[in-house]
Amino acid sequence: MFYREVGEFKSTYAQEQVLLPIRQDRYFVWSLVLFAFIAVPLFANAYWFSAILIPFLILSLAALGLNLLVGYCGQISLGTGGFMAVGAYAAYNLCLRVPGLNPIVAFLLAGGCATLVGIFFGIPSLRIKGFYLAVATLAAQFFLDWVFSRIAWFTNYTPSGSLNAPAITLFDFTFDTPLRKYILCLAFATAFALLARNLVRGRLGRSWMAIRDMDVAAEIIGIRPLYAKLSAFAVSSFFIGVAGALWAFVHLGSWEPLAFDVNRSFSLLFMVIIGGLGSILGSFLGAAFITLLPLFLNQLPAWLGLHWSTALISHLESMIFGALIVFFLIVEPLGLARLWRIAKEKLRLWPFPH
Amino acid sequence: MAQARNIGEAVLRIDGISLAFGGVKALTDVSFDVREHEIRAIIGPNGAGKSSLLNVINGVYHPQQGSITFKGVTRRQMRPHEAARQGIARTFQNIALFKGMSVLDNIMTGRNLKMHAGFLAQAFWYGPARNEEIAHRLVVERIIDFLQIEAIRKTPVGRLPYGMQKRVELARALAAEPSMLLLDEPMAGMNVEEKEDMCRFILDVNDEFGTTIVLIEHDMGVVMDLSDRVVVLDYGRKIGDGTPDEVRSNQAVIDAYLGVQH
Amino acid sequence: MPKATRSFPLPEEVGAVHTSRLTPHASRQRVAQTMGFFLEVLIGGLMAGVLYSLVALGLVLIFKASGVFNFAQGAMVLFAALSLVRLMEKMPLPLALLVTCVIMFILAYAIERLVLRPLVNQPGISLFMATLGITFFLEGFGQTLWGSDIYKLDLGIPKQPLIILDNVFNGGILVGSDDLFATVVSGALVVVLAIFFQKTRIGRALRAVADDHQAAQSIGIPLNQIWLIVWTVAGLVALVAGIIWGSRLGVQFSLSLIALKALPVVILGGFTSVPGAIIGGLIIGVGEKMSEVYLGPHIGGGIENWFAYTLALAFLLIRPEGLFGEKIIDRV
Repeated sequence: MFYREVGEFKSTYAQEQVLLPIRQDRYFVWSLVLFAFIAVPLFANAYWFSAILIPFLILSLAALGLNLLVGYCGQISLGTGGFMAVGAYAAYNLCLRVPGLNPIVAFLLAGGCATLVGIFFGIPSLRIKGFYLAVATLAAQFFLDWVFSRIAWFTNYTPSGSLNAPAITLFDFTFDTPLRKYILCLAFATAFALLARNLVRGRLGRSWMAIRDMDVAAEIIGIRPLYAKLSAFAVSSFFIGVAGALWAFVHLGSWEPLAFDVNRSFSLLFMVIIGGLGSILGSFLGAAFITLLPLFLNQLPAWLGLHWSTALISHLESMIFGALIVFFLIVEPLGLARLWRIAKEKLRLWPFPH
Repeated sequence: MAQARNIGEAVLRIDGISLAFGGVKALTDVSFDVREHEIRAIIGPNGAGKSSLLNVINGVYHPQQGSITFKGVTRRQMRPHEAARQGIARTFQNIALFKGMSVLDNIMTGRNLKMHAGFLAQAFWYGPARNEEIAHRLVVERIIDFLQIEAIRKTPVGRLPYGMQKRVELARALAAEPSMLLLDEPMAGMNVEEKEDMCRFILDVNDEFGTTIVLIEHDMGVVMDLSDRVVVLDYGRKIGDGTPDEVRSNQAVIDAYLGVQH
Repeated sequence: MPKATRSFPLPEEVGAVHTSRLTPHASRQRVAQTMGFFLEVLIGGLMAGVLYSLVALGLVLIFKASGVFNFAQGAMVLFAALSLVRLMEKMPLPLALLVTCVIMFILAYAIERLVLRPLVNQPGISLFMATLGITFFLEGFGQTLWGSDIYKLDLGIPKQPLIILDNVFNGGILVGSDDLFATVVSGALVVVLAIFFQKTRIGRALRAVADDHQAAQSIGIPLNQIWLIVWTVAGLVALVAGIIWGSRLGVQFSLSLIALKALPVVILGGFTSVPGAIIGGLIIGVGEKMSEVYLGPHIGGGIENWFAYTLALAFLLIRPEGLFGEKIIDRV
């Protein structure tokens, strides 16, 4: 009753191709954006920003990149951590060695570096698929791990191997407080989500989905697999590289190679699976879920009056993640995003059941 | 019965094509031609190599021997997307639609070769990309009208009944504005009504757009009514080639495939 | 990773002493020393490779019989070893072994019932990601149940190093007797499994299942029973692997990470080949050791981490079906 398309008449294709054709969707999304940019800063405290919202936003960006590759183009990748590392170290080295370079520009350039690396490691996808490709991307992950921990040039020859990020400024405005960092990450996340949405509904997105669904048929109607697959790796790696730079500079502040290891790759893949493959919203939902679950589990014993060690909590986390992956694959392979869409469908018919 | 149309010269010529998979000989020394604007049928028992022949024309399989001449250009083998670029489109025996996308998106994907907007234009959705999207949407809608599938244009393809999926596949092939259309059993699994509709569409395509059509079909009634000329394959060899009447009375064809004389 | 123990100096350390400047006898000795060292590294690599092969065997089994790539094999190794160790604290060895076998059977049953059955006929990539989920669950569950300390596993396997060929090389070559034991066990396992697949009725049924689930069902092969059998056998193979790995390194969480190396092994050997798993493991083991010892000092070490994967990648590009696997043909 509240959510319907009835009465929405479009008279041109241009009107129909707008991002949010249904009026209620428009209200919802705009209010969400306003809420995020205005209401949250007014009511949230530093803990919320630093521990929850900022990691959520940055990981959403990375999950978005991964979703473009895995969910839209069907190329599985377990090398995400490595590409984040490329972004982080590239941004660091650019800021270090190019005098006067603005860190935000450095982030984008670092994304570019990640793009090049991503294209290189995406070349095997032209010949292999499925879990073979997963193994190939694992090779990328371990190799990049090794590069950043052994080749001292990247870490500027620091003996410990861990780095400190410089401050982020934009025209004399320093992003040093949690609030400012939050707004920066929010801006990045929103802009990139819009970018992703545009790409996905156009020609490139369709060619990705064609390759995912049936690559032989896609080739027969004229889509070049080389271009489609490598462009997916390229765009995906750009997103992931920028996310990596943000993770290092904004969230961690100082980091070592372990921050981008294979566990990070798995965690991002889980976000994409649980959130929903092939869905922009799903990337955000999955990231939210995986960011909030450990916090929830940490608080749970206190609420229940039990006393659990941190080791036990992290084991429980593993168990719950594993069980949820299996659960989602069986019950709803399209993840939380699909559940959201089903909810909207129900809302269309409410108060009728069907 | 074929209508009077301006059937032109041979646009596709197959010369001595031999194709083998390991020890299995799919095609042996097959030669024939297809004239422009005509409807050519390929018939034969199952396993005769009909689909393999289409795959060879398309560039999906590469023959060990022989050559293919299309629009004057001779080659032994081609990649499928080059075949598409040259104006060959096809449908498949087992439907090869993109199950994750809607009907509209599937057909829009068929327009892929005609769209040229750059990456940045698409990312920011301005100017060239946006206008192109709308212009091609217009063309696609015309095809949807033509094949009468307006009601299902937003439905995900996986949910459609089989007959509808075949029609969507035809629409996607037409979206590329091909000069030659290869149809692999377009009427398999359809009832009489659906077959009549499909026949009408195929004739309309040939009439209105002048598309050359190569068609694999088992229903003899359809073959005799629709096609201008027929090629008969059996165990990978050509055993008959001519107008439907000629083929119908060819003894070798009767023995191998048709059975009792029609 | 512990450096390869050696009783001869590295070739580089010998310095600028050219063999040609030595007396004929001394130069023969020098060559013999480097030869001996090379052989030691080689044998060390082979032994390490055998350990990888043990884990890969389980992978190949499951893939051969159900078409599923079981990412969780490593976690199963860890879980089996952990269960055995903790049970041994409370009961004598034979009983502990028996109980662990039962546990692996129950695990196989749970996986078959809760994960495989609902996902039958789904694309391979979904099943692969499901095994990813099983991995995480099993690691968490195992450590919740049995704790996450490092445990020593002592089954009475002889551990003293043997010295062989000391009449050919000065001082002989070091070979661990536990490594020798592992090799013998793996060899026996391979023979048993090969016979099982080739000769028995169940083995043939398993191969049918791997090819096509629906077709196998339609000719009356009881899919669920087959899967139960296969996953139990794979679990037992994982137990053997866990015992041998565990007595060498102690039972700890990193066991399952080491088992990640099994993926390149099956890629090299071919997903459907039992001998391929062995040979692939040996190649990876030797390759890793060799590159670490001979190339490592030049590039900063740590090559072991990515050598296996890079080799697998090269194979994937040149010969995706591995050395002994079957070629996969896509029909249009």
